Amino acid sequence: MAGITLAGVEKHYGRMRVVHGIDLDIAHEEFVVLVGPSGCGKSTTLRMIAGLEEITGGEIRIGERVVNDLPPRKRNISMVFQNYALYPHMNVRDNLGFGLKIAGQPQAVIAERVREAAEILGLSELLDRTPAELSGGQRQRVAMGRAIVRHPDAFLFDEPLSNLDAKLRGQMRAEIKKLHQKVKTTVVYVTHDQIEAMTLADRIVVMRDGYIEQVGTPMEVFNHPANTFVATFIGSPPMNLLPGRIEGGQVRLAGGEAVPVPARLAARVAEGLEVVLGIRPDDISPVGHGLGEVAEPADITLTVSIAEPLGMESLIYTTIAGQEVQAKLYGPRIVGPGEVLPFRLALERAHLFDAETGDTLEAR
Amino acid sequence: MQSVALWFATFLLMVIMSVPGLWVVLSAFRPNREILAKPPVWVPTELTLANFGKIFGFGSEQVGIPVTSYFMNSMIIALTSTVIALIIGMAGGYAFARYRFRFKGGIFLGLMLFRAVPGIALSLPIFMIWSRLGLIDAKMGLIIVYVSLNVPFTIWLIDGFFRQIPMSLSEAAQVDGCTRWQAFWKIEFPLARSGIAAAGVFAFLTSWNEFALASQLTRSTDSKTLPVGLMDFTAQFTIDWAGMCAMAVIIIIPALIMTFLVQKHLIAGLTFGGVKG
Repeated sequence: MAGITLAGVEKHYGRMRVVHGIDLDIAHEEFVVLVGPSGCGKSTTLRMIAGLEEITGGEIRIGERVVNDLPPRKRNISMVFQNYALYPHMNVRDNLGFGLKIAGQPQAVIAERVREAAEILGLSELLDRTPAELSGGQRQRVAMGRAIVRHPDAFLFDEPLSNLDAKLRGQMRAEIKKLHQKVKTTVVYVTHDQIEAMTLADRIVVMRDGYIEQVGTPMEVFNHPANTFVATFIGSPPMNLLPGRIEGGQVRLAGGEAVPVPARLAARVAEGLEVVLGIRPDDISPVGHGLGEVAEPADITLTVSIAEPLGMESLIYTTIAGQEVQAKLYGPRIVGPGEVLPFRLALERAHLFDAETGDTLEAR
Repeated sequence: MQSVALWFATFLLMVIMSVPGLWVVLSAFRPNREILAKPPVWVPTELTLANFGKIFGFGSEQVGIPVTSYFMNSMIIALTSTVIALIIGMAGGYAFARYRFRFKGGIFLGLMLFRAVPGIALSLPIFMIWSRLGLIDAKMGLIIVYVSLNVPFTIWLIDGFFRQIPMSLSEAAQVDGCTRWQAFWKIEFPLARSGIAAAGVFAFLTSWNEFALASQLTRSTDSKTLPVGLMDFTAQFTIDWAGMCAMAVIIIIPALIMTFLVQKHLIAGLTFGGVKG
C-alpha cells in the first residue's frame, strides 16, 4: 500500500522558483497525470518524487515514509524516461533484470520476474536483442518492463510517448492503460499532451508556472474548468473565450451582441461584472447541425471565415464580437468562406469566468 | 568509377605516408654500407639480423647501448603516466560533463590553452625547477611532465564521450537501485570505454615517443628513454644508421601492439540505441 503525498513542496534553482509549494494527495493504485505547458514544473515535480532533484522545501511521502532525503534507490519507485534510457550495452533481458541484479536477487528470481514482465508486455521474443535492434515502440515497452519487474510502490512516467509518431502513440497509450489495469500500482504520469491526460488519468493535475491550477477527474476538469487557463488547456480545439459584461441578466459581449447568462449561473453574477464567456467549439453549431438537443439555446447569425472538413464534422472559423471563434458543424454539409449561417449556442454548457482573476464563477 | 578513383587516391596517400616508416623498418635489416651506398640501393640485396644482434649483444659486433634499461624506463614512465593521466582524465572529464560549478568554462578553456603551449617552450622552466627538486635524471620527473602534458587532452576527450551519454541513463540506474558510484561503473564507464581507450592510447604514445623534454631531463640509464637512447648511435664523426633503425623498430613494436590491443574499443562504434537519438 503506497500512496504519494506532497505537502508544500517547493523547488528553487538559486533565486528562480520553479515549483511554488504544491500540495497533492495521490491514492494507492491511482493513476494521476500531471499536465501543463513546458516549464510549468511538472517534470521537476516528478523528478523530486523520484529523488533525482532535491526538494527545496516541503515534504514528500511515499506510503508512510518521508522520502525528502532518501536517494532514488531507497524510494522503491521506478521510472520510465522520455528517451527510454535503456542501457545500450545490455540486451533486453539484462536491461529488465538490472535492478533486481543490483538488489542482489538470486538468479532464479530474476529469470522468473523477467519472464513474467516480458510476457505481460509481449517482449518474450526480443529478450536477446540489444536496444539498438528494437523499434521505438519496442524500446518503450522494454522501458516499461524494466519498471514493472521490481514490483515498485509507484511508477513514474516522464513524457513517455512524446518520441513516438502519432499512430504508435495511440497504441502505446492504450498499452499503458492496460498495463495499469493488470499491474495495479500507483502511477504518476507527466505529459504536455492533454489527450493523454484525458484518456489515461483517474485524476488530472493541471499545472502552470509552478502552481497547481486544478485537480480533478478528466470529466470534472473538462466540464468544470477552474479558470480560463484550464478551460483553454484541456480540450481540443480549445474553448472560445469572449470578454463581456453583465447587463440586465445578459452577457453583453465586447462587440455589442448579447447572450443570456446561463441559467445555473444567474444567481452568481452581479450587474456590471466584467466577465469572460467560455464556450467550447462543440457547443456552437449551425442550427440543425449541432450535437443533439440544446436546452438553453441562443441564436446568433455568423459569417464563416474558413471551414475545415474533418470527415464526420467540420471545424468552422468565424468571428463573434470581433474575435475569432471556432465552431463545429456536425452532419455532412459543404460550407464555404463568406457563407452567412444561423448558429446556435448551447448555453447550458457555457462557462463564465471573472474577467479580472480568470477564475470560474461556478460554485466549487 | 568514382569509387575506384577514390580507392586509388586513398591508396596513394597511404603509400606516401607509409614510405618513411617502411624505409626505417627495411633499413633495420640491412647492413650499414648498403644504407649509405651511393647511388642508393633501392632493392635490398642482403637482409640481416646483425643490427639487432649488435644492440642486444649477440653476434660478433656489439654497441654499448643498454637497450633493456632504456626499454624498461620507457615502459615504466609511459605506462605510469598514462594510468595517472587516465584516472585524472576520467575524474575531470566526468566532472566537466556532469556537474555545474563556478568558473567551469574558464577552467576548461585554461586547460585547453595549456595544451596549446608547445612542450619545448616549457623545457627551460621545467629544467630549472626539476633541478632544484632533484627530479633531473629521475623517472618520476618525466612521469610528472608527461602527466601534465596529457591530462588536458584526456580530460577533453573523455569529457566529450561522457557528454554523449545521456544523463537519463545514470538516473535510470539510480532509480533501479544503484548508488551514483555504481551507476558510473556499471553504466557510464562501459559506454565511455572506447573514449577512455582512445585517450589512453594517445597518452601512451605521447609519452612513449616524446624526445625533446626527455633528452633534457634524463642523463643516465636510470631514466633515459628509448627515443633518447637513439642518440647513442651518433658518435662524433659517424652515425650508425643501421643500428638506429633497428632500435627504432624496437620502439615502434610496443606502440603497435598497444594500438592493436585497444583498436577493438576504438572502432567499436558503441551503438547508442538505448535512448532516442
